[in-house]
Amino acid sequence: MRSNLGFFSDEKFRSIFFQTLVVGLFALGLFFIISTTSYNLEKRNIATGWSFLQNPAGFDISFSPFLEFKSTDTHLKVYFVGVLNTLLVSITGCIAATILGFILGIVRLSSNWLLSRLVYIYVEFSRNVPLLLQIILWYSILIQLPRVKQSLQVLDVFYISNRGLYSPRPIFESGFSYVLIAIVLAFISSFLINRWAKKRQDKTGQQFPVFSSSIGLIFVVPLILFFILGSPLSFEHPELKGFNFKGGLVIRPEFIAMFLALSIYTAAFISEIVRAGIMSVSKGQREASAAIGLKQTWIMRLIIIPQALRVIVPPLTSQYLNLTKNSSLGIAVGYADLVHGFGGISLNQTGQAIECMAIVMATYLSISLTISFFMNIYNRSIQFKEK
Amino acid sequence: MNEMNEVRKPPVATTGIIGWLRINLFFNWTNSLITLFVIYCLYQFIPWILDWTIFSADFKYNYLGEQITNQEMCSRNLDPENGGACWAVIYVRFYQFIYGFYPKVEVWRVNLAYVMLAFALLPLLYAKLPYRKYFLYFTYIFPVIAYFLLNGGLGFTEVSTNKWGGLLVTLVLGCTGIALAFPIGIMLALGRRSKLPVISMMCTLFIEFIRGVPLITLLFFGMVMLPLFLPEGIDMDGLVRVLVAVTLFQSAYMAEVIRGGLQAIPPGQYEAAKSLGMSYWRMNLLIILPQAIRISIPPIVNTSIGLFKDTTLVIIVGILDLLGIGRGTLADTNWLGLSYEIYFFVSLVFFIFTFGMSRYSLYLEKKLKTGINMGAD
Repeated sequence: MRSNLGFFSDEKFRSIFFQTLVVGLFALGLFFIISTTSYNLEKRNIATGWSFLQNPAGFDISFSPFLEFKSTDTHLKVYFVGVLNTLLVSITGCIAATILGFILGIVRLSSNWLLSRLVYIYVEFSRNVPLLLQIILWYSILIQLPRVKQSLQVLDVFYISNRGLYSPRPIFESGFSYVLIAIVLAFISSFLINRWAKKRQDKTGQQFPVFSSSIGLIFVVPLILFFILGSPLSFEHPELKGFNFKGGLVIRPEFIAMFLALSIYTAAFISEIVRAGIMSVSKGQREASAAIGLKQTWIMRLIIIPQALRVIVPPLTSQYLNLTKNSSLGIAVGYADLVHGFGGISLNQTGQAIECMAIVMATYLSISLTISFFMNIYNRSIQFKEK
Repeated sequence: MNEMNEVRKPPVATTGIIGWLRINLFFNWTNSLITLFVIYCLYQFIPWILDWTIFSADFKYNYLGEQITNQEMCSRNLDPENGGACWAVIYVRFYQFIYGFYPKVEVWRVNLAYVMLAFALLPLLYAKLPYRKYFLYFTYIFPVIAYFLLNGGLGFTEVSTNKWGGLLVTLVLGCTGIALAFPIGIMLALGRRSKLPVISMMCTLFIEFIRGVPLITLLFFGMVMLPLFLPEGIDMDGLVRVLVAVTLFQSAYMAEVIRGGLQAIPPGQYEAAKSLGMSYWRMNLLIILPQAIRISIPPIVNTSIGLFKDTTLVIIVGILDLLGIGRGTLADTNWLGLSYEIYFFVSLVFFIFTFGMSRYSLYLEKKLKTGINMGAD
């Protein structure tokens, strides 16, 4: 029976044959693409290589909160500004979406029918309308705010207008670094106290007020130090000069629109994940903890949430990844993130599409991989450990 | 003795409207306070939104009874105290929202394609359709018919794709993306689970790469880089370039969903198929895939919802889908400042499609849970 196809019936041979075939076809395709591309690039007079990164950009970026950017700066700096802006909106968005999503997920399970229906309607609307549309909608609401001269004033220090939100800019004087060091030390020591208290409780059953002592360390100690050092922090208030505000900290409407849309959209998904997670904890767990006399808040904190987290964290990770990737939609409202600044304007100015897109894609890939890496570590730490 | 005979009160009712209200809205005093607060907010909000969208809105005529042809004639622009939404913009531009700039004489072709699409989807969505087999034949040839119908050829005058727009482009991108990504996704999923290391590695790399970058970079890739990859003389249509990007994107996500389905198939199924002497392809086509796809239909629908929403991204590379037409209308001085009306309408259209799809996926999930019992037989 084997003979009529000869070699082909041999599994080992077949496997090697097909893999070589695939690799060969792939290499052929790659060769074809590279040769046509280099021909096309030459014909269109497009330069290749990475030297364009050192050329001056020649355009301004309106929103760059971390790095000063002038139009004489290089394309490389455009890239860094873009990465920072992408990270800024992604991280703030993830934090806000998580908080809002957890609150909404718990409210969705509330015994109050009206409240839970209301959250349901919010979730359905927010999930089923394209994110890009929501971003554009928020932006169009924000730029219809009153002009700078008639800007809304909140608490005498914040000004809201169609140019964004102006707030006082904190100015750190030399002594402030001690306060920062104190805060960092307080975090480290409260972490150590937490570990020590846990060990002691496991051994002796004695409890230690970890929460209040941590609060004291993190807030009270730096605050006292702050006043001892003579309040080394002042504020620069925005002032209306001519047609615009001078000084102060400005948060542009592009950022606010991105932040609101991303966090509200993702929170809808997170709330469903949280709901599913809490519902996955069996009813017996709640009944058992009530039977041993735990308070309602303790049942949630000690019994339900730790078990629900095991279900929540893996899909939560993919929501974080989605939010980070979705932050690339900033281009629609002119938010100078990686795609808009470097992948958009720089690409158009230099014409070096392949290099720019390769850098942008590689950056997103590394951001995605970093998020998955840390979330996987966190996930492993909360998974059920068999002893 | 008298105290012994005291009549106890009946237990609190938990049935009927009163009982339902008591349990769900007024269980304890915090609950009651929340309920009252929510009712108060709704009482403030609902009349206002109803008034804006319906009662004092203009549909075709303004409050003077004139037919509205530009934003200056909207009631709220004539008299800010009097008037809500100005839906006339949707009425006037309705044709563009649905067909883009498709020539009016040829528009019956788009309408016919819409109707045929409904018939093509019917056997896919409803498994108990009578004569489903014949309907399915139609579904298979529908893409070919739709191509000639919309694009031209075979005696139809050609309508170039830059005249397409609105819902037409949204549906073409969504449906083609999903339909093409499905077979590619199956191949990628099988490839990733393949025992051949080179193939498995290549599929894994492809899937993880696509899932790691945002769709917008792939759209840029399609728009800016794809033309550089092709030899001279081959000029790709803009819509096709976007379709390539969308299909690549969707197929990676589809592959992961189908891989999930493949993993759920008990190994006994593979062993049984092999012991019957089936080859790799026969085993997969006849035994494994039919079961794997059946259980992964709900997540497939969910990723399809995602793609349908993501088709709006094409406006960034200059293709006018539903949202693109909306933005174009807003840029027109005749309709300046009507952003809420236009975005409301576009959201509503998307909501109808995506909400319908998500309901359908829920219905399937319920049916699957009661219908089959994996691994028991």
